[in-house]
Amino acid sequence: MTPRNTPSPLGPSGTSPVVEAVLAWDHRHISEHAEPVEPTVSFPPPGPVLPGAWPPPPPPAAPPIPPPGSGTGPAPHRGHRRTWWRASRAPGPLRRSTSDRLGGGVAGGLSARFGIDANLIRFAFILVSIGAGTGLAAYVVAWLVIPSQGSTTSIGRRAMADRRTVGLALAFVTALVAVLLVLGALGLTFAANLVWPVSIALGGLVLVWRGSDDEERAHLSELVGRAPLIGSPGHSTRRSTVVRVVVGAFLVLVGLGDLVASSHPTLSTIKTVLAVNVVIVGFLVVFGPWWLRLARDLGVERRERVRNEERANMAATVHDSVLQTLALIQRAAGDQGEVTRLARAQERELRAWLFEGRSPGSFNGEVSTVSQAVTVIEGDVEASHRVAVESVTVGDCELTTELRALLGAGREATVNAAKWSGASSVSLFVEVEPLQVSIFVRDRGQGFDPEAVDGDRQGIAESIRARMSRHGGRAFIRSAPGEGTEVELVMPRVGPGRG
Amino acid sequence: MGEAQGTGSGAGPRAKVRVFLVDDHHLFLSGVRAELGDAVEVVGDADEVGAAIELIAERVPDVVLVDVHMPDGGGQAVIEAIGRTHPQVRFLALSVSDAAEDVIGVIRAGARGYVTKTISGPELTDAVERVADGDAVFSPRLAGFVLDAFAADPGAAGGAVPSFDPELDQLTPREREVLRLIARGYAYKEVARELSISVKTVESHVSAVLRKLQLSSRHQLTRWASERRLL
Repeated sequence: MTPRNTPSPLGPSGTSPVVEAVLAWDHRHISEHAEPVEPTVSFPPPGPVLPGAWPPPPPPAAPPIPPPGSGTGPAPHRGHRRTWWRASRAPGPLRRSTSDRLGGGVAGGLSARFGIDANLIRFAFILVSIGAGTGLAAYVVAWLVIPSQGSTTSIGRRAMADRRTVGLALAFVTALVAVLLVLGALGLTFAANLVWPVSIALGGLVLVWRGSDDEERAHLSELVGRAPLIGSPGHSTRRSTVVRVVVGAFLVLVGLGDLVASSHPTLSTIKTVLAVNVVIVGFLVVFGPWWLRLARDLGVERRERVRNEERANMAATVHDSVLQTLALIQRAAGDQGEVTRLARAQERELRAWLFEGRSPGSFNGEVSTVSQAVTVIEGDVEASHRVAVESVTVGDCELTTELRALLGAGREATVNAAKWSGASSVSLFVEVEPLQVSIFVRDRGQGFDPEAVDGDRQGIAESIRARMSRHGGRAFIRSAPGEGTEVELVMPRVGPGRG
Repeated sequence: MGEAQGTGSGAGPRAKVRVFLVDDHHLFLSGVRAELGDAVEVVGDADEVGAAIELIAERVPDVVLVDVHMPDGGGQAVIEAIGRTHPQVRFLALSVSDAAEDVIGVIRAGARGYVTKTISGPELTDAVERVADGDAVFSPRLAGFVLDAFAADPGAAGGAVPSFDPELDQLTPREREVLRLIARGYAYKEVARELSISVKTVESHVSAVLRKLQLSSRHQLTRWASERRLL
């Protein structure tokens, strides 16, 4: 089944009607389902979403599922007596849970919205998935259309905005459809039933992967990393390779054995095999170039992203060093000796960065622990800004990439305080705890209204916040005019044993 | 006498705190005098340990501001000598030194607090009055030292050192919180506001910590301090 020979499954805009329908549903209000009745009904059944979207309607799935373990009687007794299936309800619109989640947090979100035990909902999804996999498709669609907790846009909406993502999802689906059709042709008819739900589920998962935000993506890669078969692409362990090879070899052997054993190569089997090959070749001819182009595009996009990240890092570094020094030079314009000193120091730093790879504002080389780095910050800021820095360090540990970023941001915050607050001293408190390292930079200067800082104050916006979040940390800035400023930076410690 | 008079917890116009200065840098002595100004009564000063002990015993001030680093034993010698004869005299240590060993040493000798010499005039006056009232004065750095020395996990360095007196050898979570805020540069008033407790409560937490610092036989304390010095 290809987009091209179906009655316009691919809209002119390049968005698939499935997702459009789904997105439209996103806006219809969920309150119609406000009454918790029973698990499956409370969830938007895939039925109303899918028909018409893809020509062959999904298998007659998603009838209201009998509550699991029907032996316990119809659970939706809305009774107060039988409350084992109940869970506490959270007010507000339906959102995917970020705390109670195994996959996308759909079940957790439904549970919080309708007050039904999350595991019960999960069980229902699994139950509906048996056979045709409809539950899986429904789950993925829900993942796409329900925004996650604390956000208002759904993944689907975000993913649809990117043409390449849509293309990728469709490519996946066509490839999968090809595989399943081949399976069907081989006589594995049950596979044909799987075509639609599995296509929707996998296509949806691609959208989820491409459209999810950083937090969720981290969760996803953790999930993927845990699956032994897939392994994480970055560092494939020996074990995952072995598992993969064994499983693959087993499947091939089973297939061959089946082919040989079932019937001696009669004319009909040969015909079947031929037909299968023709189908495969046909698919390759039709879609091959497109798949190739998509793969190439993805490579290009990946390189672009890497470049952008490098640019951001470089901008932060230049801001820390060159731009800060230029600002200092403007202030000291009348003092020729000072200007010379600043310029020389900056020149030295810049050379070290460009030609020796030692980045200014970071702590490479001789500095290897947090407390040493703090001493360096204290000395540098005191020397170049004539402000007393009262540093207090509790605990100590070796510097990692993340901690270097943390200290770079801490230095930036300290320099900001020295430069802008007008206070004569700045407190710098660094605490190393087993699970995290935190830095507090506090001054009693003039303070500012954090809401009113415009985008130009690159120092706070890019250098501190972005640097922290790029490395998995957080930054909080508390300030009010006349009350001074406190910047809090927290970086979780990634133990060497992890990963 | 310090307890009975002049420290009536701030009610009414209190008598000026009588302060004695001990420092071997004359420049610094006059600087501190000027900064304290009229807020306190400076009853004398000394620039060496022997003279200081003699004069303090003679004039019995409320608070002695003492430099940690001086020839002949430094502030610690003064505090120990006077502590034996005049336990009512209170000490506030002033130092440019950040060495943990010095700071912990002078506190364990009996000082009620420790501030760095970069402290501003009003803050110094405030600290002096606090010490006169019997409270403890913690600079951010001292708070950091204490947090470090009383680290939650003693196992890391010292192995299983049995704690003889858990009451004295450990900080309560609340004390830890208070110290953390002080280390971040919060004044007592700000600490109180942040934790929604009264300033008095903050003071009593800090005093409790000071007591632990002075009395704890915690093995890590000395070991930690001497290790720190090597850095």
